[in-house]
Amino acid sequence: MADQPRTNQRARPDASTPSEEQGIVRAVAETHEGIAVGPQEEPRPPLREVGAREWVGQNLFASAGQTVLTVVFGLLLAWVAYKTFRFVFITGRWRVIEVNLTTFMLGRFPRAELWRPVATALGLATFVPLWLGRTARTVQELAVGEAQRDWQVTWSRMWPFLVLVGGVLSFTRTITPTLLVAAAVGVGVVAYWSGDRLAIRAGGAVDLAALVGIVASFYVPLFTGGFGWSNWGGVLMTLFAAAVGIGVSFPIGIALALGRRSDLPGIRALCVAYIELIRGVPLVTLLLMAFFVVGFLVPPDAGRPSLVARALVVLVAFTAAYVAEIVRGGLQSVPKGQVEAAQAIGLSPWKVTRRVVLPQALRNVIPALVGQFISLFKDTSLLAIIGILELLRVAQVVTDQPAFRAQGLQAETLAFAAFIYWVLAYAMSKESQRLERRLGLGER
Amino acid sequence: MSEATLPARTGSRPPPWRDVRVLRVVAQAVVIAATIVVLWYLWGNLTTNLTRQGIRTDWGFIDQPIRFAIPDVANSASLPFWRAMLVGIKNTAVVAFVGIALATLLGILVGVLRLSQNWLARRAASIYVEALRNTPVLVIILILFLAVVLRLPGDIATAPEWGGITVISNRGIWLPWLEGRDGAGSYWMVVAAAIVATVAIAWWRTRRFAATGIPHHRFRWGTAAFVAVLVVGYAALGAPFGLSLPAKTLFGASGGIKLNTAYTALLIALTIYTASHIAEIVRGSILAVPKGQTEAARAVGLTEFQRMRLVILPQALRIMMPPLANQYLNLTKNSSLAVAIGYYEVTRISFIATSQGFPAPQVFAFLMAVYLAFSLSISAVSNLINRRLMLPTR
Repeated sequence: MADQPRTNQRARPDASTPSEEQGIVRAVAETHEGIAVGPQEEPRPPLREVGAREWVGQNLFASAGQTVLTVVFGLLLAWVAYKTFRFVFITGRWRVIEVNLTTFMLGRFPRAELWRPVATALGLATFVPLWLGRTARTVQELAVGEAQRDWQVTWSRMWPFLVLVGGVLSFTRTITPTLLVAAAVGVGVVAYWSGDRLAIRAGGAVDLAALVGIVASFYVPLFTGGFGWSNWGGVLMTLFAAAVGIGVSFPIGIALALGRRSDLPGIRALCVAYIELIRGVPLVTLLLMAFFVVGFLVPPDAGRPSLVARALVVLVAFTAAYVAEIVRGGLQSVPKGQVEAAQAIGLSPWKVTRRVVLPQALRNVIPALVGQFISLFKDTSLLAIIGILELLRVAQVVTDQPAFRAQGLQAETLAFAAFIYWVLAYAMSKESQRLERRLGLGER
Repeated sequence: MSEATLPARTGSRPPPWRDVRVLRVVAQAVVIAATIVVLWYLWGNLTTNLTRQGIRTDWGFIDQPIRFAIPDVANSASLPFWRAMLVGIKNTAVVAFVGIALATLLGILVGVLRLSQNWLARRAASIYVEALRNTPVLVIILILFLAVVLRLPGDIATAPEWGGITVISNRGIWLPWLEGRDGAGSYWMVVAAAIVATVAIAWWRTRRFAATGIPHHRFRWGTAAFVAVLVVGYAALGAPFGLSLPAKTLFGASGGIKLNTAYTALLIALTIYTASHIAEIVRGSILAVPKGQTEAARAVGLTEFQRMRLVILPQALRIMMPPLANQYLNLTKNSSLAVAIGYYEVTRISFIATSQGFPAPQVFAFLMAVYLAFSLSISAVSNLINRRLMLPTR
């Protein structure tokens, strides 16, 4: 034992389980009597305990100016908290939300066919966690530093969703939605756990099953039997538009970014023109063009595409330009030596891009892409302007119902819509910050 | 096995389908040809559809009157289309300019508060940032317009006055404003003279500092000269400007400056939303200045203020500028959301004109050109500033 090089201790192939490995390391460390062996951490400097009094003194009343700041912001926060509390629990007239909760979630989807979106929700609750569970390990392998799996991290990731589900369920008037959510959560937990278990043995099969499952649980209930996106609305429409926007624009954006970096002047000029043209114009203008102009571009004898389809085309075209700029940033961050090395070992230009450049480039821009997704998710609210019944539009039209007209209920309905947008966007932005830290970006 | 059986390699080229030089040209030609074919196809559809539906395809419409009213513009219904668009461009520029100024101030304030030593101030600033950054800007605009501004008192008689200097109602908001009297025109000459004097004095102080090493105090000298010229000019011209306070009338107020309700809601919404993004940029840029700079500044005995002004901020500014310019662009583009609430900026005017029968393709081509011009001018200015701020490198 003593003759073995120290560095090998940790890489022993037979040290299969972490506990066993640690045991060996500790045993070796003891035999060496104080010589640092293995991954012993340097002793950390002792943390100085800061008492409550001292903390308050340092953080709130360090000087006269600080005391003034504390008083001002204390009053401000108290006032905001008081106003919010009063609005939510006392003055808010929330009946308009209770009555229209299904509309907020699904728009005008025929009420006799509600099993369809429910089936979709349960299908997604199965297959998305399955896939997340399967990738959890991969992400962990990519991650630097220790995997944190304690309850604090879980809580900080989960509370927005708990608030969202709790908030929405508090407006229901029957027990059915609560039971459905409970069922979905139960199915989801089991699926996540199975995905994690199956990751090693059948990773590829799980990927395929999840992909097929997600597409099928979306397509079968919501697109068959004469249904289509013209029937949808509310949160369903918002999420669908965001998902289509980012999913379809992603490959187009990569192609545009590669085109912009290409050394063929003709192709480069086309890509630059497209990207700069789209990025120089507000999304509203493009959506209004979808409303007024895009219909003119189809052949005269073909039927006009639906408004949703035209809007989706514009969303994709818009997002692709922004994705292209993000990906271009990633491409620029790949050192030139990588390309040269790949060329030196004789890879074809296509393989250099596909196997060497793109993986590194995309990994570097994952957080920025998530940021783009968040901003697209928020931008789907602009579909309300051209009259598509997504979440924000629902919040506007329900105040015109005969029972609620001219009562000034916009504050309540818009606040509810803002709440849903906020929670989802906040959760995504926190997740992207977490991902950024775990991938160790900006640290290498 | 003799040399003769081997093909003569030197000077020969591979067959054209494997020659990179040929392939490059062919690939580009194919892509460009495909683009042209697609565009030509769309153009054909467009013109066929337009002629079939009897929509004009020329640009003659830009001289026709718009036949709808723009609030706060006299005789707006008889304005030709291009004049109406100019009004819209002016309104977009106003809200963008004021919004950029206010959002920068608020953003810097919140960003600095996020780095404050004070726990409560830090908390408040981060709540502000997280709350606004993750809400769609259109939702903020609609909340401010429908649930705040339009809920202000509608009755002018009981509208709040705040010490007699404002009138706040859902018909508009009136604030005190400077009002030109006799000699206001000549006073602008005085202002110009003051600017010239300030620049001259600053230049003179800099020269003296370079020659003798006496502290230049350019800022103090310049400000003093500026104020002195303005005050002397004001007195000499016999008070060319006065404060105009709004006074209530039957259906509004007279005097002061009137802020349209939709403009107010849009301006506040764009300001607070963009400020939440700017705050993050400011915070990130200050944090990105290496810590050694702070320590070195302390070591040479600079005060807190000097450290900020002379060491940290100049370096943070360099990091801050490109993302900041991006936010300015976003604010300008987001001002088009006024289409939802009725502030007559350029998108809303185009939208209404199209609904009134003006040909959509031409109107929107015009509109896109306007926004591209806005975008290009903002990027041009920011590039100019960037070049000034850039570290001189070899």
